Amino acid sequence: MATAEMKWNRDQGSGIGRTKGSTIRGLKRIPLPVAAVLVLALVPMQARAQDCLTCHSDASMTDASGHSIAVDGQKFSASVHGSLGCNACHADIKGYPHPDKIAPVDCSTCHADQAAQLQGSVHADSKEHPCTSCHGNAHEIFPKTDVRSAVYPLNVPKTCGNCHSNGGMAGKHGLPSVYPNYIDSIHGFALSKEGLLVAANCQSCHGSHHILSHNNPQSATYKTNIPKTCGICHAKIDADYEQGVHGKEIAKGDLSAPVCTDCHTAHAILQPTEAVFRMQSTPICGNCHKDRFSTYRDTFHSQLGSLGGYVETARCWDCHGAHDVRPAGDPESPINKANLVTTCGRCHAGANLSFVQYQPHANARDRKLNPGLYFVRLFMNLLLISVLTFFVIHTILWLIRSRYNQLKAKGANGGKHA
Amino acid sequence: MPEVEMAAVEAAQEQSGATRTPNAAGRYFVRFTREQRYLHAVLFTTFLGLAATGLPMRFSESFWARKFAAGVGGFGAILFFHKFCALVLTIAFLIHVKDLFVRAFMDHEKGVFWGPTSMVANWKDVKDLLGHMRWFLGLGPRPQFERYAYWEKFDYWAVFWGMVIIGFSGYAMWFAPFFAHFLPGWALNAVLVIHSEEGLLAILFIFSIHFVNTHLRPDSFPIDMVVFTGVESEEEFKLKRPMEYARMKAEGKLEKRLGIAPPLWLTNFSRVVGFLAVFIGLTLLVLTLSAYFS
Repeated sequence: MATAEMKWNRDQGSGIGRTKGSTIRGLKRIPLPVAAVLVLALVPMQARAQDCLTCHSDASMTDASGHSIAVDGQKFSASVHGSLGCNACHADIKGYPHPDKIAPVDCSTCHADQAAQLQGSVHADSKEHPCTSCHGNAHEIFPKTDVRSAVYPLNVPKTCGNCHSNGGMAGKHGLPSVYPNYIDSIHGFALSKEGLLVAANCQSCHGSHHILSHNNPQSATYKTNIPKTCGICHAKIDADYEQGVHGKEIAKGDLSAPVCTDCHTAHAILQPTEAVFRMQSTPICGNCHKDRFSTYRDTFHSQLGSLGGYVETARCWDCHGAHDVRPAGDPESPINKANLVTTCGRCHAGANLSFVQYQPHANARDRKLNPGLYFVRLFMNLLLISVLTFFVIHTILWLIRSRYNQLKAKGANGGKHA
Repeated sequence: MPEVEMAAVEAAQEQSGATRTPNAAGRYFVRFTREQRYLHAVLFTTFLGLAATGLPMRFSESFWARKFAAGVGGFGAILFFHKFCALVLTIAFLIHVKDLFVRAFMDHEKGVFWGPTSMVANWKDVKDLLGHMRWFLGLGPRPQFERYAYWEKFDYWAVFWGMVIIGFSGYAMWFAPFFAHFLPGWALNAVLVIHSEEGLLAILFIFSIHFVNTHLRPDSFPIDMVVFTGVESEEEFKLKRPMEYARMKAEGKLEKRLGIAPPLWLTNFSRVVGFLAVFIGLTLLVLTLSAYFS
């Protein structure tokens, strides 16, 4: 249904409003008495909408190519454009009968600012992205604060999702399907399940008319702008982030440092206490911190943690902090020596100064760094290899010999106790 | 194993007394006491439990570890079961040590620490090992084994020391803040290495070497029932431990070792339990090797 409607919108609505738009916009600047005259002049135009509906209220009415050219008069008069006459948009229609082919409606006649914003954006192509692709049926457009509007906050994801989801238009341009990710995310959940109007929807981060590619430094979703974009709502986290090493690197323009979306993802954002999030995020830190990740994986924290489950083991941010990651030398860092007992003690009740000598990133393969551990591992490995090697040879020889004896004693038949 | 039924078997064995009659299939001799069989039963069930829950932790990134963990309720459940088995095994181990102490120092039983019936290695074990290897290669006769052959003593001490090492390192991790009072910081790192390597050695050893040496070798194939039923046939006794058989005969104690043939239910029950244990063990062995070499 939605797709069919969209198609109709694209075909029908490639131009709306011609003369009328300039009249309305003009009103703001024209002195009151003149405006009053103009408003009076609108009255016969209003009447003309009724005239058009004499024909166009027939729901089965189509043009030569089969597209519906029916208008629901009731919905139109309730819509944001309801007070306008038909030729406010369909300006080339002067009377009846009108030509078969009429000019496409041009919204920019009235909505010049939006049209200008749209021009520089990723949706600039008006053939691919007519206004109606987001705002819905040209004759049934409502203000964005109206629940019936296609761009009402709770409706935005579905509207964008018409293209940006599986099998949507975006697929044609090789764009990812983001709608399913978003709708299952913590934002999507808050919006669709709780109906939170403040929950981030598509345009909270991407904007509406002036959407730029994330590769464009002006874009709200350009890497270095992301902390500020998320910070519109998550102000405290943004402030913390800017204090941390990652935030400082980003501020310096180092694009290799992570921003919000590197850990939380852009659309499939999960509640960070969720096991799935905790499971998937440790390797993300490991993308850059390879050696630290490798040594972490040797530890009990990682071994248990990668199994998932109800109990949690320490992941990177449990010790290092999440947003304001600071170097160990920083007195405010949770892994600063002075803070270790507190940090470890959050999970290990009774942690003491000796306990925190434990090295969460010890490397048993590094003789210089961890000599004790290195030799313990070496000894254990030698023990394992020597015991198994000896007994494997011993047992194989024994097997062969026993079977040989057995066959010899009992003929080819074998037997229980040779 | 149901206590009542086992007790009935024991009682039957007691009643038959000195004049135990050979049954139709020949005479049966007692090798393991009820306590020893129970100890082995507790040992192998908890060991299977420890291995099944320890391996997913050791190879937590293998394809089967997460599936197994998810199946039983995440690592919280795995760790709980691991600790539960560890506690049961610890108790069994302490009871065994207490028994040894009582037998050796309270009852002044001879042959606990030395002699032919002791688990302690002696010169004959060295000679047996070398002789056995010569026999493997066809260079000499088969050694005449005593009550416990050298590989059985090795199994025993491997498990004994394994329990001390794995147990200590396990408890050090379980109660790390407490152990930190008297262990250096790096030891907390080392206990995991010790625990997992020694555990891996135990798993690989038991599920390959012990299984083959004791159960799957042609002399015992497919399973040596003596540790389940407690008795073995005279023929098997003579073949596997000729020196003990000869010594018993010479000392005139052979008749005292006479037992009754295991009842059918016990044989069947032992077969089911034994095959199940071997099957679980071999499955874990395959999973371990697949994870180790991938």
